Amino acid sequence: MSMTETDNGAGIAARVTDFIRRHRVAAVLIVLVIFPFVLPYQALASNILIFGLFALGFNLVFGYTGVLSFGHAAFFGIGAYGVGIAIVHFGWPWFLAIPLGVVAAGLTAMIMGALAIRTRGIYFAMVTLALAQCVYYIVYQMDDWSGGEDGLTGVSIRQVDLGFAQLSLLDPTVKYYFVLAFVAVAIYLFSRILASPFGAVLEAIRENEDRARACGYDVRLTKWLAFVISGLFCGLAGALYAIHLSVVPIEILHYHMSGQVVMMALLGGMGTFFGPFIGAIVYLLLEDIVTSMTSHWQLVLGLVFMACVLFFPRGIWGSILHWIRR
Amino acid sequence: MSVTGAPILAVRGATMRFGGFTALSNVTAEFPEGQLTAIIGPNGAGKSTLFNILSGAFPPTEGEVLFRGRNIAGRRQHHFARIGISKSFQITNIFPDLTALENVRIAVQAMTMRFDLWTPRSRLVAMEERAAELLRDVGLIEHQRRVASELAHGEQRALEIAMAIACEPKVLLLDEPTAGMSPEETVEIMRVILSLAERCTVILVEHKMKLVMDISNHILVLHHGEFLAEGTPDQVRANDEVRRVYLGEGRR
Repeated sequence: MSMTETDNGAGIAARVTDFIRRHRVAAVLIVLVIFPFVLPYQALASNILIFGLFALGFNLVFGYTGVLSFGHAAFFGIGAYGVGIAIVHFGWPWFLAIPLGVVAAGLTAMIMGALAIRTRGIYFAMVTLALAQCVYYIVYQMDDWSGGEDGLTGVSIRQVDLGFAQLSLLDPTVKYYFVLAFVAVAIYLFSRILASPFGAVLEAIRENEDRARACGYDVRLTKWLAFVISGLFCGLAGALYAIHLSVVPIEILHYHMSGQVVMMALLGGMGTFFGPFIGAIVYLLLEDIVTSMTSHWQLVLGLVFMACVLFFPRGIWGSILHWIRR
Repeated sequence: MSVTGAPILAVRGATMRFGGFTALSNVTAEFPEGQLTAIIGPNGAGKSTLFNILSGAFPPTEGEVLFRGRNIAGRRQHHFARIGISKSFQITNIFPDLTALENVRIAVQAMTMRFDLWTPRSRLVAMEERAAELLRDVGLIEHQRRVASELAHGEQRALEIAMAIACEPKVLLLDEPTAGMSPEETVEIMRVILSLAERCTVILVEHKMKLVMDISNHILVLHHGEFLAEGTPDQVRANDEVRRVYLGEGRR
């Protein structure tokens, strides 16, 4: 991937994308650092950041391994409830609460993955959907812990004491950069995983499962591991979402959330590094702009999504990459 | 049995039923180490079924698959690959969107580095060199940077063989390696297969009779899912049963 290419008439655009691809972590971070100054308000920027991470984690399974999960709301939601419960019920500090949310999401992914990974294609999507709905109802019923229908309120972190500095998360800009710090580490880790031999195995499974098996890979175990890693990233996104909102709404676990992340990944471009973030930006910006004009914003979104699937099946970033390469 | 060398792979009483249909019926056969064995028979003889049982694609309904005397029937596909039973597919089976080199590198990596989540792939120079060496062996080195789906059919078959030998197999199973190839491509791939046969045991399923007679040391003949004959090419050629099956029911 990092081979020095001898110039065969490739244009500047190709060189720019090549540079971006080589320094993809830095490229994303540069955009994200200046992001709040471009958008109308910071809360939207934080939202995009968090959903971008959610879609990034989802894309490991969907775009890179070629497995469609319809249950990723469970990991996002459990990450959020993990943080919420740690803070509200146990009074844990943020630096313990966030890892708890991530680990809880990872455990959920381990169990859901173990139950679902034997199935393939649409059956896998349906099994994960059903299991995620189970998680939804369990959390819904545990209203002493989760707040049930009202959601879990009071997940507020006002101050973050870093020893050398006091951060007030009441300031939306500070909150954005607090979230960004976690997202930055996650993006770096994600990029390393994709570039690793394990990342190559995932792509191989996506390309041809039979061949990967014949090469000597335990396809089931590899898929399961990818599913769990994906769950960890989505759990972190959920944990940050809880801190961002200061509440955990029960809707976070609803299958609507699973559908939303599929749409974001598809809009941006499945199996591309920047696609999930671009998908999150487009989806949430569209939501923000159109809701100010009409309450039927989902109608507009639906039309955009359909146009995208029909005319740009590679998604926005996927199509751009495709055009440049040709 | 006139073949020297202990069997590296064998089936004992192998039966395969698909629903009510018996594709393979109580077949017992041995595949001597270091030999090039061909499995032949008219259409529907059970060649592919036996191939799939030997390569671990599915376990036999009844019977045993013995690797160096140990029963391995029922183990999962990737175990077969890891103990050294490697296969190519009847229908070309590669990673279409990866380059030729990446295809082979994945196969090389399968033996050593399945769950490394951290090392950048670009630093794994030894693996890449090994992959390039394998591509050279099958005559594809000049195409290493090309995407596999863009290669010609014969080149894709050769790529598959490179992937199959990447794990340094003890037994290499080839399912109709020359299927759909031009005569020139066939000659080239046969040359590759003969050179592989010097390194490991090769078992192949093949339709082209002349080719089978020319290159194999040992032949196993199946008919209607049952064992019919076994022996050297000369013995098989002289076998009355085999002649009756092939001449009486149309030549393949």
